[in-house]
Amino acid sequence: MSKRMLVVLLLLVALVGTTFAGCKPAGPSTIKIGGIGPVTGEASTFGVSTRNGYEMMIEEWNAKGGVLGKKIELVFADDKGDPTEAATATQKLINEDKVVAIAGTVMSKCSLSMAPICQSSGIPMVSPTSTNPRVTAVGDYIFRACFIDPFQGTVGAMFAYNNLNARKAGVLFDNSNDYTKGLAEYFRDKFTQLGGTIVAFEGHPAGTTDFTPFLTKILAGKPDVIYCSDYYNDDGLMAKQARQLGFTGPFLGGDGWDSPDLVKIGGDAVNNAYFTNHFSKDDQRPEVQDFVKKYTAKYGQAPDALAALGYDAMGIILQAIQNAGSTDGAKIRDAIKNIEYHGVSGVIKFDENRNPIKSAVIIKIENGQQVYKATVNP
Amino acid sequence: MSGIFNLQQLINGIQLGSIYALIAIGYTLVYGIIKLVNFAHGDFYMLGTYAAYFAINFIMAQRGTPNVGVILLISMATGALVAFLSNRIAYRKLRYKPRLSALITAIGVSMFLEYFSSALPFIGPSYRPFPQFLSIRYFNIGTAHFTNYQLINVSIAVALMLILTYIIKYTPLGMAMRASSQDKDALRLMGIDLERIIDYTFIVGGSLAGAAGLLAGLTYPRIVPYMGIVPGLKAFIAAVLGGIGNILGAMLGGFILGIAEVVGYAINSIVGEGIAYAILIVVLIFLPQGLFGKRTGEKV
Repeated sequence: MSKRMLVVLLLLVALVGTTFAGCKPAGPSTIKIGGIGPVTGEASTFGVSTRNGYEMMIEEWNAKGGVLGKKIELVFADDKGDPTEAATATQKLINEDKVVAIAGTVMSKCSLSMAPICQSSGIPMVSPTSTNPRVTAVGDYIFRACFIDPFQGTVGAMFAYNNLNARKAGVLFDNSNDYTKGLAEYFRDKFTQLGGTIVAFEGHPAGTTDFTPFLTKILAGKPDVIYCSDYYNDDGLMAKQARQLGFTGPFLGGDGWDSPDLVKIGGDAVNNAYFTNHFSKDDQRPEVQDFVKKYTAKYGQAPDALAALGYDAMGIILQAIQNAGSTDGAKIRDAIKNIEYHGVSGVIKFDENRNPIKSAVIIKIENGQQVYKATVNP
Repeated sequence: MSGIFNLQQLINGIQLGSIYALIAIGYTLVYGIIKLVNFAHGDFYMLGTYAAYFAINFIMAQRGTPNVGVILLISMATGALVAFLSNRIAYRKLRYKPRLSALITAIGVSMFLEYFSSALPFIGPSYRPFPQFLSIRYFNIGTAHFTNYQLINVSIAVALMLILTYIIKYTPLGMAMRASSQDKDALRLMGIDLERIIDYTFIVGGSLAGAAGLLAGLTYPRIVPYMGIVPGLKAFIAAVLGGIGNILGAMLGGFILGIAEVVGYAINSIVGEGIAYAILIVVLIFLPQGLFGKRTGEKV
């Protein structure tokens, strides 16, 4: 009997507790913004950089007095690179923490599981780095701070034609991967539209290690440049084999080239290669150099593209709240739609599909080092 | 068409084929004697690559210069050891059990080697760059290009095949191996220990796979524990194409498959792999024993 009494008592206490919890003084003194990123799991360095970017942007705003006269509070959640975790974290941020907007997340697959929740709750979401075109197609509350995959192919073609003065290009990509295929197709279309010739457009199967049949066919057309849109693991091998087959011209690729392992696999062969990326710490624009200096002082290492995009994604949200003059979801959404944001990763404006129209940087590999070359506008 | 059928593509095909051929020999040797399709053979090749990877990194960390011959011996010894142990631990007990049990066990050994290696912290499941310890030199024949890496590859492969042919044809071990593939009962009557011959067969096959592993690491310097699956399957096909059980057939089958694959890819990258296998199907329809296999009926 006494046990049952105890249980009833405990339940009562719990009930009273929650009732009082709901009676906090009206009108919170802070504005809560959600932040999501994979700080553990397979992409943990991506998540840590992104979180650093969010934190830094919020601190800067708070130092200036916050937004709408209130301090900003970051509520961060780890998605572990897992779509299920991302969905759970989003539910928690919206339902328990009552955030007014969410910056997140890094991987497209996780952003795709977050987006429907944000959309149905009317909470604006800005993904820093998810480049898959489907992410923002979920609905009108979903935005991103990075350019999408096809854009890199277009920029690559413009750079090849205008800056490298290439007139004949060969293209090699992974047939089974939408990312590399998308880049390759957009490169081909833009390059031909500019007046160039594609000497060969070769898709290889996944898991290929011997690219010589494709490269031999491409080289028979005497290309000025070879566009390789794979990830660094394949790009390194391709470059090496192309050099062995006597190719001395430049390679060109997308952000999949951005890895320290590229040079370990490709060796000298990847010198004289260019790739498109979101951000370069060597970009001499004052806002970039200012960001690099502050970030390095705070975190002890130079920012990568993920930190820059995390910083910009959070910046877009805060600027939009300021512009909207409100924390209402629909008003923030409309403010993001109309924003022109000067970020460290470029000037960001949104098109009708809520994808940013922004510039890309071109990075060249010289003596195994990444060197900033140019900023290309769309 | 200039990029499809030319000397360059032939060189590319020979390069790829020499790796297939070395692996295919191991399949054919083991099959010839105990009628086992050893699906783990591609993983002996993978472990040969990793042995070379660790040996080269170790020597370079001591500021030494790795010698190709020494690394080759290490790769071959690793391949041989793993093959020997797989036979002793997994296959030996199943020698006189239904053939399907041994086949399933071979698939099990293969998966064990792949997943166990990827679980080991010092191997791990991700790609690793294979160290490039030889400075590269370029050569030309007309418009075709090749490098010292390809020369080393093909010459090691050909040298090993010549040595193997000598062993099989002119040594007592080779004679015993041939005998055991023909008539095991007669072999026992001659007082030869069949199990010992099988051990040697695995050792020879495994060492060739290990050597192929080094060659692959040199040419395709990106390694992963699952790198043996596809070349293993293709080498098995090469062995069947050449007539399984026939060593010369396995060698030529490897080169034919390598060249066919390269030309297939060059004709059309999307159906390229299919073209190579279409050749295989056509050959097997008309020559069910493979190109060089003996036309014998199954003994009842």
